[in-house]
Amino acid sequence: MSPLGSHPFLCDIRGLKILADQVRAGNVRAISRLISLLENHPGGREVLRLLNGTSRGTRVIGVTGYPGAGKSTVVNCLVAFYRRQRVKVGVLAIDISSSVTGGALLGDRIRMQEHALDQGVYIRSMATRGHHGGLAQATGDAAFVLEAAGYEVILIETIGVGQNEVDIVDLAHIVVAVVAPGLGDEVQAMKAGLLEVAHIIVVNKGDLPGADNTLRNLREWYPNVLRTVATTGEGIPELAAAITAYQQVRSVGHVGEARSC
Amino acid sequence: MAVASAHLRILIGKVGLDGHDRGVKLIARALRDAGVEVIYTGLHQMPEQIVNTAIQEDVDAIGLSILSGAHKTLFRRVLELLREQDAEDIALFGGGIIPDEDVTTLTADGVKALFKPGAPMQEIVTFVKGLKRQG
Ligand code: B12
Ligand SMILES: Nc1nc2c(ncn2[C@@H]2O[C@H](COP(=O)(O)OP(=O)(O)O)[C@@H](O)[C@H]2O)c(=O)[nH]1
Ligand SMILES: [Mg+2]
Repeated sequence: MSPLGSHPFLCDIRGLKILADQVRAGNVRAISRLISLLENHPGGREVLRLLNGTSRGTRVIGVTGYPGAGKSTVVNCLVAFYRRQRVKVGVLAIDISSSVTGGALLGDRIRMQEHALDQGVYIRSMATRGHHGGLAQATGDAAFVLEAAGYEVILIETIGVGQNEVDIVDLAHIVVAVVAPGLGDEVQAMKAGLLEVAHIIVVNKGDLPGADNTLRNLREWYPNVLRTVATTGEGIPELAAAITAYQQVRSVGHVGEARSC
Repeated sequence: MAVASAHLRILIGKVGLDGHDRGVKLIARALRDAGVEVIYTGLHQMPEQIVNTAIQEDVDAIGLSILSGAHKTLFRRVLELLREQDAEDIALFGGGIIPDEDVTTLTADGVKALFKPGAPMQEIVTFVKGLKRQG
């Protein structure tokens, strides 16, 4: 048995050390392979110790909200914004696995493919594989890997189905909830859940009728409510500024230490 | 849960200027229902985007749908990029409107299989399930 654990892949310590070095050097194939290993062997996260000492003060930003509200499109805009500042960005986009077949249709990155050729962007889709809480079991580990690989901002898109989205609160330094106008009941439901934990609320689809209403409604209850049109990028600089402003009043730790204060 | 195929990851997408997306969506859904994790890229991808995405997503294989007539150029370009990126362990297959003689040449070039209209879905699913890489 290897000192790291009993999983077959953990027995090849030398191979793992090489993999870890490649990850630290930013090798994309190595990053992808390590994330898969962590997804496929939930007990194997001891391997992360090999990456220790690589904390770089990465910012982890969670994006949540009901399906269709525009999370992926907002994430796409934020990636573009940070890339203009030459910041390396990692994206982890989570979708739900079928509880019947175990299969999943992972389509978040359809909205992000304009970044597929950018060496400074890494996008990974993850299926929940039965894990509850809004993320995949291995999402935190994957964020740790991306931090070690030198990504300075990590955007995490949750599955966005509602009240039991607790994982993102622990993992991210800041949580943005995306709402669309005309989702009256959903907004009511979110008040009890997602909106309570969010630091910033975004009323996306600000171009649609009803946006003003939704905005006014939410502002009666919450301090940080912004309007965006993610399909055009309107409001995104303001959102990025609000994220930065929020983070400046908190000390940013590294992945895994989020929310410790 | 279909444990055996639970971690099979397949990229499904469309390359080039080709808006026919009924077939590709059918395939994506059938594979999901068969227990596959399907990463769908949507329309109008360049071969470079497909290959970069496949590497980031660590998929076992790439399945492309082409009804535009540009299949020879596009499949060959993807094969070439996989070679360049040292990613030949990722299999390439596909489907669409592709004449028989082109199926023959492309499979000789290294495309694993091509499915035409009318191919039984079960046959496609069984083929894809055999694409899981080792390790
Ligand atoms: C519906 C259709 C359209 C619709 C598309 C709607 C949509 N959103 O998909 C509309 C009207 C928009 C359209 C437009 C055009 N079309 Co059209 N269209 C068709 C038609 C009649 C059926 C296609 C279809 O949906 N079939 C049903 C689906 C389920 O089948 P499928 O896509 O073939 O998929 C099956 C298999 O091929 C395979 N498969 C496909 N993809 C994949 C991927 C993987 C990974 C796997 C494993 C298997 C697989 O499995 C699927 C299930 O069995 C075909 C004729 C035909 N008989 O195929 C022409 C056809 C494809 N169209 C054609 C043309 C020329 C056009 C236009 C250029 C016409 C024009 N001059 O404007 C435009 C181009 C539009 C564009 N942007 O690309 C030609 C293509 C000629 C060629 N390739 O040489 C065809 C063959 C008609 C013809 N005989 O000339 N079209
Ligand atoms: N009108 C409008 N549509 C938008 C906007 N943002 C996103 N959409 C569309 O809303 C749909 C769902 O977006 P997506 O980002 O996939 O939502 P998600 O499910 O929350 O990730 C897509 O068709 C987007 O193009 C917006 O600001 N205005
Ligand atoms: Mg999405």
